[in-house]
Amino acid sequence: MSQQTNDSHRPWLDGDAEPFIKIRNVTKKFGEFTAVDNIDLDIYKGELFSLLGGSGCGKTTLLRMLAGFEPPSSGTIYIDGVDMTDVPPYARPINMMFQSYALFPHMTVEQNVAYGLKRDKISKDEITRRVDEILSMVELSDFIKRKPHQLSGGQRQRVALARALVKRPKVLLLDEPLGALDKRLREQTQFELINIQDDLGVTFVVVTHDQEEAMTLSTRMAMMDAGKFQQIGTPAEVYEYPESRLVANFIGSANMFEGRVSQSGPDHVIVASKALGVEFNTEHTNSIIEGTKVWIAVRPEKITLSKMPLDAITNQLKGVVVDIGYNGKTSTYRIRISNDQIIEVSVPSQKRPKGDRQLIDWDEEIYLNWDQSNAVVLMK
Amino acid sequence: MKQRRSTFVLSMLCFGLAFLYIPMILLIIYSFNYSKLVPVWGGFSTRWYTVLFESEEMWAALGLSLRIALVNATFAMILGTLAGIALVRFGRFRGRTLFTGLITAPLVMPEVITGLSLLLLFIALSHAFGWPQRGFTTITIAHITFSMAYVAVIIQSRLSGMGTDLEDAAQDLGARPLRVMFDITLPLLAPGMVAGWLLAFTLSIDDLIIASFVSGPGSNTLPMLIYSRVKVGLRPDINALATIMIVMVSIGVLLACWLMIRQKHLLERDANTK
Repeated sequence: MSQQTNDSHRPWLDGDAEPFIKIRNVTKKFGEFTAVDNIDLDIYKGELFSLLGGSGCGKTTLLRMLAGFEPPSSGTIYIDGVDMTDVPPYARPINMMFQSYALFPHMTVEQNVAYGLKRDKISKDEITRRVDEILSMVELSDFIKRKPHQLSGGQRQRVALARALVKRPKVLLLDEPLGALDKRLREQTQFELINIQDDLGVTFVVVTHDQEEAMTLSTRMAMMDAGKFQQIGTPAEVYEYPESRLVANFIGSANMFEGRVSQSGPDHVIVASKALGVEFNTEHTNSIIEGTKVWIAVRPEKITLSKMPLDAITNQLKGVVVDIGYNGKTSTYRIRISNDQIIEVSVPSQKRPKGDRQLIDWDEEIYLNWDQSNAVVLMK
Repeated sequence: MKQRRSTFVLSMLCFGLAFLYIPMILLIIYSFNYSKLVPVWGGFSTRWYTVLFESEEMWAALGLSLRIALVNATFAMILGTLAGIALVRFGRFRGRTLFTGLITAPLVMPEVITGLSLLLLFIALSHAFGWPQRGFTTITIAHITFSMAYVAVIIQSRLSGMGTDLEDAAQDLGARPLRVMFDITLPLLAPGMVAGWLLAFTLSIDDLIIASFVSGPGSNTLPMLIYSRVKVGLRPDINALATIMIVMVSIGVLLACWLMIRQKHLLERDANTK
């Protein structure tokens, strides 16, 4: 998570810090298909780094290259300063937690967890001690004699985690770690993972297609598409300052308005939308050549609704409510504006509606307002 | 899901089963016939079993058949397992398609052709090297060539259903490839291997055509003995012998089926518990 204020928790801002994992010009081709396309990436010690993207974006291939299961077609991977590109998986200081958990079905929990330690030349007592220690950490001490099929999904997930952590790897790779768990267990496990990661100081690299999971877990995340990184940053950076429409739409949802830059200053950009016949004000620090086609992205929760037009606001649109979705914590309004585009607005449920009456009703005319600081200008 | 079974389908099923099994049941019943004339029922007796068990020829044939079946099953299991692993796990090596074709060819090749070609090979070999003597060795080699194909197919299907995650995980935990093979791959394949062994065993016990081609003087397997005796005329002790064979083969096939079903259940259970 990214609440830490201390800069030692943000090594990526420190120009002198040496990355723990260095990926340089790595490409992976399967026949004609390029799964990972010439990427560079630095991951620092103790990070919880998420690789995020839709299926087929190359995130799992990248993870499997880190683990050593797939050799890169070209490029180099360094871990802790050592070139790992041609090192086989069994010799890497890395362990992986598989999406399927990959627990050995013919072994007990204890044997599963001890398997990795037995491969190293470690004394029997030491193995027993470390297996007991890690199993009590994941609260499975009572289940050591069970076979994987006698465990619940959450327990199996914890065995897989224990098995991957017991060798004290320098890097732990997690492939969709929470994918198979139900929502309640997911949330609980997310925080357990963060605690474990904090305690052990292991560097985690997580692959996920679930943006919420990535946001909750990560120190930083990288959004991938078609084998390339679209954006790398902290969850807040990626969410609040997406660099492309793709990222804005994948991480959370966003309302997009197309237009051309009509005026560009040092601290603001004005974008004219022909279809809507309005000009949008935005705070944008880089000036853009006038006439450039851009998109304005506004997050659903950054828009407020009012029944009357507001004077003091810089961006305002008028629309008709077509749909209301009540989610408990928030309500989502779908509003049709003059060019028939549907705008999504998410409003926190601060006031309780009285009886059946909604505060805002279907087919009602409504004004959408947002501050110019809340819109993002996207060039692609 | 409830489905209405039409009487037509049901009667066709009964007819089919009857067609398959009534001859065998008749054979078993008539093996307990006292009468010396096969088609005439002369009361219940185990007399022909006694006659059979006193025949040295029968014991020799049974011994040969069993020895061949045991050696064949063991070698077919080992070679078939290796072939199956190579086909599934070694990726797209050069000539993979050819190899797949070659492995499965014995499954569809007419036995007469397999038998004849092997006979020609053995004759050529013994001209050139004086080996092998036709008999136990040649029949066993011939049986291994076709039964390993069955084992390879069983292993292939089990392996491709397993995925590579478990083996990857073992490697990730520090096991070298050979270690992974013995710790993970083979234990998980064990039920399939046993099923393959049993199948190879029954295939070998069963075979008449290929064995007839490649056997030598004085080496008669059990099916060959039955066939040669029946050619002379129906004799009641052959019914008894055939009954014994039916029982042996049934046990083998049932065991193999049971193992394969159990393995499928285990696979499904593993899959469900992900």
